[in-house]
Amino acid sequence: MFENFSEMMLELFATSLWETVVMVGISGVVGALLGVPLGVFLRLTDRGGVLENGPLNKTVGWLVNAVRSTPFIILLVAIIPLTRFITGSSIGTAAAVVPLTIAAAPFVARLVEASLREVDHGLVEAAQAMGATTGQIVWKVLLPEALPGIVAGLTITFVSLTGYSAMAGAIGGGGLGDLGIRYGYQRFLPDIMLAVVVVLVFFVQAVQSLGDWAVRRLSHR
Amino acid sequence: MIEIRGLSQTYQGPQGPVEALRGIDLHITPGEVFGIIGRSGAGKSSLVRTINLLNRPTQGAVIVNGRDLTQLGDADLRAARRDIGMVFQHFNLLSSRTVFDNVALPLELAGMPRGEIAQRVNPLLELVGLSQLAGRYPAQISGGQKQRVGIARALASRPQVLLSDEATSALDPETTRSILDLLRQVNRELGLTVVLITHQMQVIKQIADRVAVIDAGRIVEQGRVLDVFTRPQQPITRSLIDEILPQELPASVLDHVRKLAAQLQGAGQGAVGQLLRLSYAGDSAYQPILSRLVRGFGVDMSILHGQVDEIQDQTFGSLAVYASGEPAQLRGAIAQLRAEGVEVQEVNVVLED
Repeated sequence: MFENFSEMMLELFATSLWETVVMVGISGVVGALLGVPLGVFLRLTDRGGVLENGPLNKTVGWLVNAVRSTPFIILLVAIIPLTRFITGSSIGTAAAVVPLTIAAAPFVARLVEASLREVDHGLVEAAQAMGATTGQIVWKVLLPEALPGIVAGLTITFVSLTGYSAMAGAIGGGGLGDLGIRYGYQRFLPDIMLAVVVVLVFFVQAVQSLGDWAVRRLSHR
Repeated sequence: MIEIRGLSQTYQGPQGPVEALRGIDLHITPGEVFGIIGRSGAGKSSLVRTINLLNRPTQGAVIVNGRDLTQLGDADLRAARRDIGMVFQHFNLLSSRTVFDNVALPLELAGMPRGEIAQRVNPLLELVGLSQLAGRYPAQISGGQKQRVGIARALASRPQVLLSDEATSALDPETTRSILDLLRQVNRELGLTVVLITHQMQVIKQIADRVAVIDAGRIVEQGRVLDVFTRPQQPITRSLIDEILPQELPASVLDHVRKLAAQLQGAGQGAVGQLLRLSYAGDSAYQPILSRLVRGFGVDMSILHGQVDEIQDQTFGSLAVYASGEPAQLRGAIAQLRAEGVEVQEVNVVLED
């Protein structure tokens, strides 16, 4: 059954796993750096928010929805000029990070917005009664109170990105998903396919467990 | 200390504009505990929130410490708010911060250095009796303890005014009592002006010096608590007082009155009876008024129902008495009661249903 697992094959697995980690890791982190402020912005400008602004909120909200509703495989090829501008190439692992990041940011933004909405408005009111500025309300009240929810949201994001990264093979991004398609499917090696799935299952389990542990540590409710 | 002039607030409801507050004038003097009582929806929460402008009124002036808050810019308003502490019904503590860090929050917001914060927070925790729980999170302490944290937090920036928005409504009676005692203590020891809103007359009775009754967005009655309790002017005030000092006579007492009246008629000696409601307070409470009446006018008095209680260290009583005797004597006795400063209300009982 395992006759296909030559030394070269194992090396290919290691490389692919690394590519997946790089793609998911970088796009997740950069996506969070873009998505968290975007989520905060959406919450603050929403109805009942500290900086309530209907038209601005609707415009940004519409943009976020537009990116989120574009199928990833289409986004991947549609933004090739942007990808080439940023990474200098439209193929390879680095090139795959750009569309993954752009897919992750609005996803994170919506999850962050939802977590912030869970923060009791009474806390914002209490901070205002203490003379807090908008910046202080965000940094001292909203983000710390929503942190467990935000971390749970980021965990979901990393897991989703792992799934998206399987499509990165379309632009030569590599990674485990690509390995599965090229060897398992196109070369009819079902044991390779199975091995890819098993590795991905453990990878996702590890990410989720780490996220759950962090949420438990952060939550004092 | 706090002066509210011509305050009105209108907001857009689903069925057109709603007038939450209408033409409110209040004058709250330094160092007093001022209670605002009303039913839910009367506008009391909107009113207390205008004092630190969490709620911006449509019209009118809110003058705290000589400055009209409605005229201040953002930065000045934030600074002014630091002189006004606020305690909330649902505590509004940050679940992500320990007891210590919750009390430290207003100081952090004001930009106080770390070292000084501890020097300020620790005595406050001692004041509210929570030094042992400094490292706990709000989820790990009881409701009463949470409100103590809320009070310590409200005091952290050393305000001159403390606003209490239904601070005891989510607490059981015993905890309510201890929280009110604490509020009274900080009022006396720190000379803090306290404005509290509540729907419970019990709270007003226990700690307020003066009270304003709010109904449908208007102040309908205000005055010293004792005066309002002994001489309520408005039906809403009477019904609020009724919750702690029931004014309605129980059916069994009314039955008894009917029996007494029937006996008098049966005896047929010209004696009449009258059910009286007597309210008295302060000095008159200590005088042997009733026994003097019995001796002086030869009337009989049966005490049927009533309470004797204490408000602001003054005895306060409300009694239902059935007086009987010669008509002239009875009138004389009632006039004498009024002359002694007792509030007398003649209650007519329907004899036959």
